[in-house]
Amino acid sequence: MLEFKNVSFSVPGGKDILKNINLEINERFVAITGPNGSGKSTMAKLIAGIIQPTEGKIYFNGTDITDMSVTERAKMGISYAFQQPVRFKGITVRDLISLAAGKDTSVSEACSYLSEVGLCAKDYINREVNASLSGGELKRIEIAMINARGTALSVFDEPEAGIDLWSFNNLIKVFENMYERTKGSIVIISHQERILNIADKIVVIADGEITECGKREDIFPKLIDVRAGCKFTKNT
Amino acid sequence: MDKIQQDLLEAVAGIHEVPEGAYSLRINGSLHGKNSSENISIVKKEDKPGIDIYIKPGTKNESVHIPVIISQTGLKELVYNDFHIGEDCDVTIVAGCGIHNGGASDSEHSGVHSFFVGKNAKCKYIEKHYGSGDGNGKNLMNPTTHVELEEGAYLEMETAQIKGVDSTRRETTAKVMKNATLIVREKIMTHGSQYAETDFDVSLVGEGAGARVISRSVARDNSKQKFLSRIRGEAQCTGHTECDAIIMDDAVVSAIPEILAVHPEASLIHEAAIGKIAGEQLVKLMTLGLTEKEAEEEIVNGFLR
Repeated sequence: MLEFKNVSFSVPGGKDILKNINLEINERFVAITGPNGSGKSTMAKLIAGIIQPTEGKIYFNGTDITDMSVTERAKMGISYAFQQPVRFKGITVRDLISLAAGKDTSVSEACSYLSEVGLCAKDYINREVNASLSGGELKRIEIAMINARGTALSVFDEPEAGIDLWSFNNLIKVFENMYERTKGSIVIISHQERILNIADKIVVIADGEITECGKREDIFPKLIDVRAGCKFTKNT
Repeated sequence: MDKIQQDLLEAVAGIHEVPEGAYSLRINGSLHGKNSSENISIVKKEDKPGIDIYIKPGTKNESVHIPVIISQTGLKELVYNDFHIGEDCDVTIVAGCGIHNGGASDSEHSGVHSFFVGKNAKCKYIEKHYGSGDGNGKNLMNPTTHVELEEGAYLEMETAQIKGVDSTRRETTAKVMKNATLIVREKIMTHGSQYAETDFDVSLVGEGAGARVISRSVARDNSKQKFLSRIRGEAQCTGHTECDAIIMDDAVVSAIPEILAVHPEASLIHEAAIGKIAGEQLVKLMTLGLTEKEAEEEIVNGFLR
């Protein structure tokens, strides 16, 4: 499905954000976790094509996509939910869902995408995606857009960030449902135990390198231990 | 009406034929037709080009259409339209001007509109300006609007100039009495080497008077825009002027808001922002499969909606 081959990324001026990443993602639900600043979001942006690797290649279903644009990758079947969703003046929730679905969505279609993320469609469908929406509402709309796209690969960058505790259970449910229903692969960057706990595979990144990668059963217990011992933060 | 004229009518008034109810349709410099209704009478001015529109006090949920169409190249006209809106009315006025200039000389429509809105009357005024044509002649429109709002009156003006007008200078003055409210929503898009200038001068003279002047504009190519807005607070009142512009290509935009308080209870705010389309907005839409160009169109259309 997706492969990183010797991928490095550094910012002009020197700092290496990612160092020689080799990773193959074929599972249906992969969680990427690790401390803040470890390079997780950079990986998501590399997959979406928003940034290009300084070295190495990225393959999607066997095709080298390293030099492809954001649009080309989106059309090939890659979706990306932003960590910080973007606001627009004048563009409505329905507009964005229609653009995501690639066609004019009917009220009932849009409704199903919105209710899946716990929003009452009637209240939201004609709202502008502007500063009048809260951070949590925007995150849900962001997820609804990815659902509407229904592509082969969906990348979520910390979907739980900024969501209140009360809504959090709902959100977990959203991903559990997505896991049940989706035909494609989900890559989710998260710190949340409950999300990691439904992943088929867990990738741990620290300081720009993959420190652990494997089946949930093997990695998850180690992470819980680590939390007590704080291995990653000590080492980095 | 020929095809070109019908298209212009569709663009500025959203209708294909002469409208129902009260209307006045002006084509190529002369009155093509007019119709009065029971409560709304349209009277041709005797001393100069234009019409007087009288709306009886208490008229509710009625509308008047007064489109102007020019398809003859080189035509220049200055028209005076006066709206006398009686007390306690609730009406909608749809105006608009469409010019198709397929020739080499400039076509110009300048309308001077005066609104006298009676006590506690409510009026919505919608105006669209549109130009087309492949000739070298320019499409020019210079509307002037005078507004007088009596006690408790409410006027909402929606003006849009999205395409094809080469040069425009829009001047609006308003006097807002006690507890009256003026709302202006202006939308402008300029492209090519067009020039658009708007100048608002609103005086809030009565206690409890309020005004909001909101302008959204997009300037592309080599076009230029100038936005002037002045709100004077002469009583306990609230005033808000807001200009939000997207600048693209080699365009030039200038925004000059002014608020002037001559009363200690006047509360006035101005906001003005000019900037290019945010990169993250483009990227977001591109991750949905749009090209950069398509994303740009989508953002501009939304902004001017």
